Amino acid sequence: MERLINFIYEYRAFLTFLLLELSCSWLIIENNQYQSTKYFNSSNRLAANILGFSQGVREYFSLRTINEELSRENAVLRTDLERINQLRENYFPTDLDSSKADQYKFVSAKVIANSTNLYKNFITINKGAADGIMPGMAAISNDGAVGKVKSVSRNYSVLISLLNVDEQISCVIKRTNHFGSVRWDGLHQRYSNLLYIPRHATPVVGDTVITSGYNAVFPEGVMVGIIRAADLKKETNFWDIQIELSQDFGKLSFVNVIKSRLKNEKDSLEQLTIVGKK
Amino acid sequence: MNRTGIIQFVLFFVYVLVQVLIFRNLVLFNSAFCFLYIAFILLLPIELNTMALMAIGFILGFTIDIFYNSMGLHAMATVLVAYTRNYWMATITPQGGYDSGSSATIASNGLQWFLVYTLPLVFLHQAVLFFVEAASFTLFWFTMLKIVGSLLFTMTVIILLQYLSPRGRRI
Repeated sequence: MERLINFIYEYRAFLTFLLLELSCSWLIIENNQYQSTKYFNSSNRLAANILGFSQGVREYFSLRTINEELSRENAVLRTDLERINQLRENYFPTDLDSSKADQYKFVSAKVIANSTNLYKNFITINKGAADGIMPGMAAISNDGAVGKVKSVSRNYSVLISLLNVDEQISCVIKRTNHFGSVRWDGLHQRYSNLLYIPRHATPVVGDTVITSGYNAVFPEGVMVGIIRAADLKKETNFWDIQIELSQDFGKLSFVNVIKSRLKNEKDSLEQLTIVGKK
Repeated sequence: MNRTGIIQFVLFFVYVLVQVLIFRNLVLFNSAFCFLYIAFILLLPIELNTMALMAIGFILGFTIDIFYNSMGLHAMATVLVAYTRNYWMATITPQGGYDSGSSATIASNGLQWFLVYTLPLVFLHQAVLFFVEAASFTLFWFTMLKIVGSLLFTMTVIILLQYLSPRGRRI
């Protein structure tokens, strides 16, 4: 017993080192698991305040661009609204199924921290649980898809950016309707990759890639990017496709978080089907 | 807490804030990062023991992790540097040993010693950081580029600060 204690005492530095590194590894692995409500990230109030201050200074220099973007978005939305109103009055005089029509709600939020150069990039925004945001919700901007909510605190949330090697979203090529996944390879902040498009598909450069809506996180048809290069190697089952993301993540300043009212219903139906099969 | 202790305590927050407010936003050529905060561990008093160093390293890394949303990553790299630091320092002891109460700076030990001391440790820190973040060797050369770029950037800032800080000592 005494020898054991002596041993531990003698190697205490090394043992503490091992213990600390193991707990770090555990934290890293734990953090890589999808979605969580963790406290120790930038949705933490103090951290978010400090980051918000830094972003505030940066933003001051890009106010003009932000304003222009917002007014452009307004114009687009107004045009859409007008068109839809016209269509509705002409073709659907009676009300639509309101549960379907109100399926998605949008919460607008300001980006207070964003990175684009790491392998795992995250975005911190200034809305949280108090505004009904929950882990797993999607975030879009007026240019296209941005990411999924990873964790929330009361007033802030952290999104997994599309520029994160762990993030995959289900997408389709708009013209051919073939679906695959978009996943970033960690290299360039403007480009990402579309995976699992089968050999027999015929993607061409310039095709639009949009979200598929299969997992009910993103609504169907949110712009993701445009195919920039498509390459089919011998003896592979899938195309190598590089897309140019429609959202320039270096310029992100506002996002809309999407609350899907039917997500729970859809998920539980699918769960039921899977369980039923067994 | 004595005077040095209080100064170090304040410096801890200064390093964290500078890292988070300035260097987090400053990435050169998309690949060169400056992780200046590691200098805090490197410049702590020479006679500080490894246990204390690792504890401080863990807290420092963990604080940085909160801002980078990377639970455990910076803590891991920083603890490794904190553990290695004293052994490395013992290996490169100059002739006649360190003066008691001296600190690990250019002012007290010279530029050459300082480079031999900091370069491998900063490299170690950044190598662990980027490879663990990538979690694979698939992007080996791009990751190496990031490591070397960041090493140059971080070292430049550390050495500049050595010459700029008052009496070339504490920071």
